[in-house]
Amino acid sequence: MKASAFIYHRPETIDEAVRLLGEVAPDDGRVIAGGQSLVPIMAFRMARPPHLIDINRIAGLDRLDTQDGWLRIGARVRHAAFHEGAIAGPTGALLAHVMRHIAHHPIRTRGTFCGSLAHADPASEWCATAAALDGVLVAQSTQGTREIAVRDYFEAVMTTALRPDEILVEARLPLLPAGTLTGFCEFSRRSGDFAIAMVLVTLRIEEGRIVAPRFTIGGAEAFPRRLAEVEALLTGAAPDMATWRVAGDLAASLLDPLEDSITSGEYRRDLVRALAPRAFQQACA
Amino acid sequence: MTRHDITLHVNGRRYDICVEPRKTLADALRDDCGLTGTHLGCEHGVCGACTIIADGETVRACLMFAIQAEGVELRTVEGLAQGNEMHPLQKAFVEHHGLQCGYCTPGFLMLAAGVLEKNPTIGDEELRDILASNLCRCTGYENIVKAVRAAAAEMGAAQ
Repeated sequence: MKASAFIYHRPETIDEAVRLLGEVAPDDGRVIAGGQSLVPIMAFRMARPPHLIDINRIAGLDRLDTQDGWLRIGARVRHAAFHEGAIAGPTGALLAHVMRHIAHHPIRTRGTFCGSLAHADPASEWCATAAALDGVLVAQSTQGTREIAVRDYFEAVMTTALRPDEILVEARLPLLPAGTLTGFCEFSRRSGDFAIAMVLVTLRIEEGRIVAPRFTIGGAEAFPRRLAEVEALLTGAAPDMATWRVAGDLAASLLDPLEDSITSGEYRRDLVRALAPRAFQQACA
Repeated sequence: MTRHDITLHVNGRRYDICVEPRKTLADALRDDCGLTGTHLGCEHGVCGACTIIADGETVRACLMFAIQAEGVELRTVEGLAQGNEMHPLQKAFVEHHGLQCGYCTPGFLMLAAGVLEKNPTIGDEELRDILASNLCRCTGYENIVKAVRAAAAEMGAAQ
């Protein structure tokens, strides 16, 4: 339960960090921010990076603000920063609610939003949130910065479009319009444990009909995604239990579920079927 | 592998130590600073026995490397008592039977101390949610909740 040896780097600027990463990335050098996922897998020796680049001392990476309709989340913004009231409007309410499902309080004081996206665990609540809101990620290397749409970002379990020599310096989420209703439900075996299925919904209700629905599943497949078929079914439908049930059934049938030694694919399908109506009820409560 | 000279600040005292980068903060506190009050259970962030306060925030000392804690104000269970006078949380854990074997207790004390200092009037639901961060295999948690509630009342009254 002790990590293997590594060389520690603590750059003071982002330019120095990307230069260092460019040098050590071919040897599997890694970036550490909160370390709340990386340090455990290093303790298990599932990861043995020979270099760690600690970005905790780089000024400016803790920026969390809104600009031109987008929420901008710097690489060192901790989970706990999304507490109730931190960000106005429906996006802030959604993020505060989702944050309370991430691990436990002492993990939330260290772990970071961008770190969760970079790690890309299927069970990550922030990955599902970024997928639901169609976020954009900013990756920086010695070659400059580029933007990656979250819909093009996830490739497989813990595998993303981020290159080994790139640091995910910022995540951007478009702010939900005023009046948007949001709901998020997940199932895990123990409080604070990894979710084995989650459903995130956002919608508006105008003249008794559903408008602009987003339906996202997480934890159940290799990576989170919006389900366009479910959103098409919801658009214009009445916001009632019959609709939520049909949406849950359709989502379950569309699933390509993860399976592991304790959780079958069928169980994950059942969870999505059960969680969908709960997420909608929460949104419309 | 190369060791580094680093300085940790723990409970207001300075510790000049020499560690490998891979040494966790929890191990450095115990092995190099001699502060064995911080316990290690799972060593991967699940059990919370190693919870300490770093720059005012409760953190898992097994999920930080000691070298990352340079320049950080650290507080461990050894810093709770004032001389021979126990901290209200320590007294409350004794009075309400908030411990049995005691292995998890330093983590629970620091978790509760960190949280009550930030939010002395914390509600029951939120307190239970936060105390769920740490594992105890003896008490069944009810007495830990009672103890923290009692300490919160005493700390509030003292202000």
